[in-house]
Amino acid sequence: MNGVHDMGGMHGMGPIVEDKNEPVFHEEWQGRIFAMNLAMGAWRKWNIDASRHARELIPPAEYLRMSYYEKWIDGLIELMVKSELVTRDEIESGAPAGGSAKAVPAATRDLALARISTGLPAKRNLDVPARFKSGQRVRTRIMHPVGHTRLPRYARGRFGTINRDHGVFLFPDTHAHFLGEHPQHVYSVCFAARELWGAQAGEKDSVYLDLWDDYLEPA
Amino acid sequence: MSPDLPHTHQHEHEHDHQAVPSDPALRVKALESLLVEKGLVDRVALDALVDAFEHKIGPRNGARVVARAWSDPAYKDRLLSNADAAIAEMGYGGMQGEHMVVVENSPTVHNLVVCTLCSCYPWPVLGLPPVWYKSSPYRSRAVIDPRGVLREFGLELAEDVEVRVWDSTAELRYLVLPERPAGTEGMSEDALAALVTRNAMVGVGKVSLSKVGSAA
Repeated sequence: MNGVHDMGGMHGMGPIVEDKNEPVFHEEWQGRIFAMNLAMGAWRKWNIDASRHARELIPPAEYLRMSYYEKWIDGLIELMVKSELVTRDEIESGAPAGGSAKAVPAATRDLALARISTGLPAKRNLDVPARFKSGQRVRTRIMHPVGHTRLPRYARGRFGTINRDHGVFLFPDTHAHFLGEHPQHVYSVCFAARELWGAQAGEKDSVYLDLWDDYLEPA
Repeated sequence: MSPDLPHTHQHEHEHDHQAVPSDPALRVKALESLLVEKGLVDRVALDALVDAFEHKIGPRNGARVVARAWSDPAYKDRLLSNADAAIAEMGYGGMQGEHMVVVENSPTVHNLVVCTLCSCYPWPVLGLPPVWYKSSPYRSRAVIDPRGVLREFGLELAEDVEVRVWDSTAELRYLVLPERPAGTEGMSEDALAALVTRNAMVGVGKVSLSKVGSAA
């Protein structure tokens, strides 16, 4: 979706402010909502692409106003309501609906820690043919899907060169919407900075993006 | 507000009717209580997750990888050709670092990592990202004006240095292997690791002998 989250190349966002002695979590609630997101993921009612999409769906003005972990609050609530783990009424009242059965947490302490130490690989060991090879010139598709995609707007319809083939990965554009993994090759694609930004960019500079087969066409 | 935007109005209408407190601390507290009461999460698991990211998973891990690569040429070759296996050799790996790529800085090439679409970051080696990395200014500008961004971090690159920006919007996660500073010959891996900063491993800084001891 052409949301405000897709902000590569935008102007007017101001200077970068660095806190030199930054704690991992500035306030306790940030750690709690972060941990709740991970622990609730163990119910396997959604996936990381759906989580990212839930945050992209936050309306633009609110998205820009909210701090990072505030987006994680809203995103988690949307995912839990949509997957019927909680109801909107329960969120608003703060109490379980009368007569609802108590569940057993999907993530015990050990399972939660095992999930972060083993990870959730998006790579698939499948024999899917690659449409492109290293060194090949490609052009990114001009596309404006209303759903989730990982092809940023600034890199659509642009010419680049395949730098390397990373192998086969599940496809976020369908995975985020529970429409299957559609595994396909992901390539590191090199774009000359001037191809993306024109003469203002450094002559020797480049931007690399990891792009799925479905985002590319032969140039 | 223009009257011909019914969707906007509808949204504000819905928003006005939300009874949840607007203070994030209160909202999160209420949410945690609800999820615990419903048996959806275990508080002990939440405590363990917070503890892991506050105390175990952080940029010191990445610094040890970098120090080893500086000290052991065979390890550096493995790190650049198969980062997942080489990082696993050091005991690191897992969520948001399942598929790693290490890119090497040199006198002629400078690498910079960003995620313009969200805030993807290699957790097992760098921990959770700092606020500036997740901020709109960094996400918007790193790809269009990397040299300006680097200047803001105090790093002025010569015109003839090639800047490579890695916009990590897929499931590959990037770690920058900074240049080993001059004057560190003969230093132990531990001493080298203490020099390596988080910013250098994202590509917004260089490692220098004067910045001892901080991972920030």
